Amino acid sequence: MESLFPALERLLPRVQKPIQYVGGELNSQVKEWDAAEVRWALMYPDAYEVGLPNQGVMILYEVLNEVPGVLAERTYSVWPDLAALMRESGVPQFTVDGHRPVAAFDLLGVSFSTELGYTNMLEALDLAGIPISASERTADHPIVVAGGHAAFNPEPIADFVDAAVLGDGEQAVLEITEVVREFKRAGAPGGRAELLLRLAGVEGVYVPSLYDVEYLADGRIKRVVPTTSRAPYRVAKRTGMDLDEWPYPKAPLVPLAETVHERMSVEIFRGCTRGCRFCQAGMITRPVRERSITGIGEMVERGLAATGYEEVGLLSLSSADHSEIGDIARGLADRYQGTQTSLSLPSTRVDAFNVTLAQELSRNGRRSGLTFAPEGGSERLRRVINKTVSKDDLIRTVTTAYAGGWRQVKLYFMCGLPTETDEDVLEIADLARAVISAGREATGQKDIRCTVSIGGFVPKPHTPFQWAAQADHATTDRRLRLLKDALGRDKAIGFRYHDGKPGIVEGLLSRGDRRVGAVIRQAWLDGARFDGWSEHFSFDRWMSAAAAAGVDVDWYTTRERGENEVLPWDHLDSGLEKDWLWSDWQDALREQTVDDCRDVPCFDCGVCPGMNTEIQVGPTGRTLLPLTVSG
Amino acid sequence: MAKQRTPDGPPPPPVVQRLRLQYAKRGRLRFTSHRDFARAFERALRRAGVPMAFSAGFSPHPKISYVNATPTGVASEAEYVEIALARRCEPDDVRRALDTSLPDGLDILACVEAPADGPSLADLVSGSSWEIRLAGVTAAALGDALERFLREPEVLVERRTKDGVRRLDARAAVHHADVVADPAAAGPCAILRCVVRHVTPAVRPDDILSGLRSVAPGLQPAAPPEARRLAQGLLDEAGLLSDPLGAGRVLSS
Repeated sequence: MESLFPALERLLPRVQKPIQYVGGELNSQVKEWDAAEVRWALMYPDAYEVGLPNQGVMILYEVLNEVPGVLAERTYSVWPDLAALMRESGVPQFTVDGHRPVAAFDLLGVSFSTELGYTNMLEALDLAGIPISASERTADHPIVVAGGHAAFNPEPIADFVDAAVLGDGEQAVLEITEVVREFKRAGAPGGRAELLLRLAGVEGVYVPSLYDVEYLADGRIKRVVPTTSRAPYRVAKRTGMDLDEWPYPKAPLVPLAETVHERMSVEIFRGCTRGCRFCQAGMITRPVRERSITGIGEMVERGLAATGYEEVGLLSLSSADHSEIGDIARGLADRYQGTQTSLSLPSTRVDAFNVTLAQELSRNGRRSGLTFAPEGGSERLRRVINKTVSKDDLIRTVTTAYAGGWRQVKLYFMCGLPTETDEDVLEIADLARAVISAGREATGQKDIRCTVSIGGFVPKPHTPFQWAAQADHATTDRRLRLLKDALGRDKAIGFRYHDGKPGIVEGLLSRGDRRVGAVIRQAWLDGARFDGWSEHFSFDRWMSAAAAAGVDVDWYTTRERGENEVLPWDHLDSGLEKDWLWSDWQDALREQTVDDCRDVPCFDCGVCPGMNTEIQVGPTGRTLLPLTVSG
Repeated sequence: MAKQRTPDGPPPPPVVQRLRLQYAKRGRLRFTSHRDFARAFERALRRAGVPMAFSAGFSPHPKISYVNATPTGVASEAEYVEIALARRCEPDDVRRALDTSLPDGLDILACVEAPADGPSLADLVSGSSWEIRLAGVTAAALGDALERFLREPEVLVERRTKDGVRRLDARAAVHHADVVADPAAAGPCAILRCVVRHVTPAVRPDDILSGLRSVAPGLQPAAPPEARRLAQGLLDEAGLLSDPLGAGRVLSS
């Protein structure tokens, strides 16, 4: 397979940031094309600067390339300036590793962290010369596989993908690879249709074309049924139980181009048991599975040596919850003392322990800002979303932070949460002022800051809020204006917000069904790309696309669903019992909270018994020893 | 009242040695911007375990000085950077370790110890020698354009920058230039070779091409021009460049 680079090279002097298209990153690899039996193109459907650091793609890239006879290369969305030149000169969508045409691969895996990447997938398919509609593809085209969190409801993109993988990808991609390898070795008996049937037999793989959706007269779904006995009634997600067996990425990619995260990231656990009702990630990644303290230590050490990064990020959904986080923080801070290596812990927990951890990690580093996420403005609303933190807790926490030398505290909130009133949102202003006066008292200085960041809430599938009415954008924007006015012109308080319109499009794509596919196609035809970027996003374009497709956006977004409504994703099993989700939704409406199941007996969300397992947490009792330094 | 935090422990160790490096930016890595190179270089220093000297404070930075980097998209055989070390090292060991740590295409060509006193690296580069390859253009056509260009007392060109359009004199910066045919090319292909003074604002290869096109509008290459810096150094009146790393060694001109 010939490289497209010579043709691409002629275009690069005419585009912005050409380095993002040339590949050759440290730790990237180009395997021999002809020696490979199964070839994957892995795509993150956003710009290189966002896609390169994505952990999911990096992990699968390494896992697949380790297998003999298997080759994986990466491709990202090209900016409109290059896309126009590529169309003009006939250069198709390419991988950045070998600069091979994406259409020449056996499989194209697309990782969706957000639904706003859907139009970028269509653009890449079109640039690649692959038919947009899965039904028009032939034996000559790659199998298009969606993964990532958005794949837990792939119905809006059911027309465009051949398959979706639910849950952890590491083992699933290996099994898919073997199915394809065997199929090719046997001479592709039965063609593409047979291959899709075989893929439907892999645990965690959903093949939308093997299911029929029937609708009721009022537009709701009647039922979704497989059209063949070779496809399961419900597709259950994949869950890798032992993170220490999967220490990936071992050698993270280090780009030449500037990207959004320039650090060595180690995932310290997967899953979350906090039970925040708005959080799709926390629901669909259960149960909690911790990486051991020694496993973390080895990944950090090996990763730093392989990359030369000066920052380590300890990733998870709530990193301070790791059962041995105190020992991990102390152990790493001791190990890397004096090496100009900084450590960071993205976390949203609001408690003093979190501040202690952050202080340990930044012993000799700059203390600029700490971030906390109360999410809801009032204590009442925080009970509804099950993020129970009192105003006193928050003030105590920020006081500790300011007293410890931090100059700035960032507070994250959402607007448009179920049952929310204007008063709930306005309480954020009181909170911010209380934070500033507590900070001034703790430091004796006026020079401190608090930034309030707030975005619109989007109800997501597989959460207790999957039945909720999304707030319309006028309501969201009105409340944000009220809050802005209430915050006044205090220079100590910063205010950052996202307006409500993009959230409505995200809501349509999140809880949509197959009929929403026509909207995505029309929006893409009308020029929608990079919908996560405010300078490229157009609300009006999406609304006119919906009108043209005959889709009522309000019906999908601001309509509350009933208990017995068949939801578009009911045949996709995240492990959570629908009955439990419903009772948790009812508890939310009654402002009833539920505890973290690390600390209290099981409350039967359904995940562990369904998988015949339990949450996997420490402590292991092991510690991180200082590394022997030679020389 | 809480007092201002200061870093614990002793101040960073002092600088004991300065090394000057010459590196090349080749092939597809010519699309590396200067900021991209700086990040890659700092990571390579860490991977290679070079004992860098750091600035003091809460955000210590390794002490590195870059001079006069080529624009994004332009290849070079002669870029220079100076690093400060906290422990003495053998220059050639550093060169080898860094070259291994950098991707192919960013290649460390030479490394020497900087003299304890003497001019700074920036003061040792006042001119560059460039070659610019124009596919689809005959040597005769390019030679004709160059002749007209050199006859002019001044050739004003415009360059779009972030802050708007800038006008500069492309002619004054050119010390001398000539044209040869590329013997390796299949079709017509001319190479412009020129020695250019470092002036402010800098006159870059694309400015010289704009200048050539303004006196010879018919000059239309079939592919984007490929520019390469061959050498940098102290430019004397005869148009010779002396090697910033060597003791008066004269480079090609």
